Amino acid sequence: MVLPNTPLPSITVPRVSSPSIPPRTSRGLWKDAWRRLLRNRLALVSFSYVVLISLAAILADVLAPYDPARLFPGLSYAPPSPAHWLGTDDVGRDVLSRLLHGARISLSVGIFVQLIILVIGSLVGGIAGYFGGRVENLLMRATDVFYAFPDLLFVIIIMTAIGPSIFNIFLAIALVNWVNLARLVRAQLLSLRERDFVLAARALGAPGQRILTRHLLPNALGPMIVTLMFGIPQTMFTEAALSFIGLGVRPPTASWGTMIERGNQAIFSAPHMVLFPGIAISLTMLAFNFLGDCLRDALDPQTTR
Amino acid sequence: MTRYLIRRVLWLVPVLLFVSLITFTLMKLTPGGPWDREKQLPPQVVAELNRRYNLDKPAWEQYLFYMGNVLQGDLGPSYIYQNRSVTTILQQGLPHTASLGALAALLAVCIGIPLGIVAALRQNSGVDYAALFFATLGASVPSFVLAFILIIVFALNLRLVPTSGWGKPNQYILPVVTLALGQAALLTRLTRASVLEVSRQDYMRTARAKGLQEFLVVRRHLLKNALIPVVTILGPILAFLITGSFIVENVFSIPGVGRLFVQGISQRDYSLIMGTTLLYTAVIAVLNLIVDILYGFIDPRITYR
Repeated sequence: MVLPNTPLPSITVPRVSSPSIPPRTSRGLWKDAWRRLLRNRLALVSFSYVVLISLAAILADVLAPYDPARLFPGLSYAPPSPAHWLGTDDVGRDVLSRLLHGARISLSVGIFVQLIILVIGSLVGGIAGYFGGRVENLLMRATDVFYAFPDLLFVIIIMTAIGPSIFNIFLAIALVNWVNLARLVRAQLLSLRERDFVLAARALGAPGQRILTRHLLPNALGPMIVTLMFGIPQTMFTEAALSFIGLGVRPPTASWGTMIERGNQAIFSAPHMVLFPGIAISLTMLAFNFLGDCLRDALDPQTTR
Repeated sequence: MTRYLIRRVLWLVPVLLFVSLITFTLMKLTPGGPWDREKQLPPQVVAELNRRYNLDKPAWEQYLFYMGNVLQGDLGPSYIYQNRSVTTILQQGLPHTASLGALAALLAVCIGIPLGIVAALRQNSGVDYAALFFATLGASVPSFVLAFILIIVFALNLRLVPTSGWGKPNQYILPVVTLALGQAALLTRLTRASVLEVSRQDYMRTARAKGLQEFLVVRRHLLKNALIPVVTILGPILAFLITGSFIVENVFSIPGVGRLFVQGISQRDYSLIMGTTLLYTAVIAVLNLIVDILYGFIDPRITYR
């Protein structure tokens, strides 16, 4: 503390450059978040797993030992063996090959549905939150109605109406689940609009568009990313649940959900048919959930790590 | 308060109308009809059936006719279960679904809330990490996968409980546990976050600074505030447990509403699907309403407008 009337001591402070304390470089929100994410071991493990399983899905044609639809006559319900590492299913197809190809369906449903939700949710929520007034009222009432629907039931009804195919699955799940993101975007915009830094920008004469793109959207992006990340495992679950009651992708296409459904018929004699796709979907959902957790921590400026 | 209540109940009317309209439209778009059998029915029989169930009228007339009956508590005749009305079918199924959901909710509360509190009070301890791991794992293992694991371990290998069925007390164990675990995980996570949030508040420091016993600090200041958001999530949780149990009902052959719904979907029983959807929407809306009202009682800071 500097007492009044005491002249400041005129010493020059030498620049300290100790190797143990690196100079603090620019610390924007995103850079900061990225740094925190990399420091988190759980995040790294989950991220590596997600990269690995995505690669496996992309390279399924190369990695899979057999064609996923190829039948091995006389080899129904075979337990794991050197020729078939994870065994075969009820009609003698290689479980490992189907698992790898099934990853394509599960992952693409998880990711593409979130992309559709991002478009619908940020449009509806953004328009409502930015314009306010009548438009907002109308849009929010519409989301309320969608919110009142029992989610999974609604997806099932839409699927029966438009028929089972991978694109219809994207569509049906996204049509039901955009509501949460729309509400989040609107709430974010509403609260950000009143913040001092937006007021300051406005006072400096920034046009509305600049405020939206430079101040409102970047600040709303963190929570949106976290919500979408948590949406991925939920969507994967919905796809599996649809397949489980026979509304998923058409056979012989493999998805983890349809594999579990097939295994369901033979759970007592061939538990491996359920076990491996069950482990695959649980691990993948677990990884995305961990990643969502870590992202939320990393994007929260209040965590000091 | 009364005005708020009236407004909330009145809001239910347009919601249910919209839900019924959307469901009705989707059902009309669905390919295939309730009279599709393995063996083609003679055209005269189909015409006669259509006339008897009013399916020969234009769609809007069918809808008005149906809604008129609904207002009198008649959800129409089931197309598949001859001579039984949808109202009776649902009346027979609902007690099973409701008791399954209520028991699962009870179990989830008994696991989730204490675990969340202990984890937060011992933040970053072994207990905390174990609770967090449980919370993420529980949210990641799909119910049908969990059901298979439980069946294989406890019913097939240890022979402690039967694999399926409904009615005897020991038949309740596996379905209730399967259904409850995901929500218990959610509750753990929420309770933990809420307790941590409150324990950072200034009034907590004040309470400790004035020398209040730790036990009283936790009970009077911490838990009383921290459990408010937890109570509000109980409505959606119970709603999810009641409306989302169809997978568990199918796996364990429980004669509840969810199983009826899945049967209705696969057999195009329009009136059964409509009835289930309306019932579930009403259940969700009423539960949310109850929680919103409860919220005002437990949190004096809330006033209804």
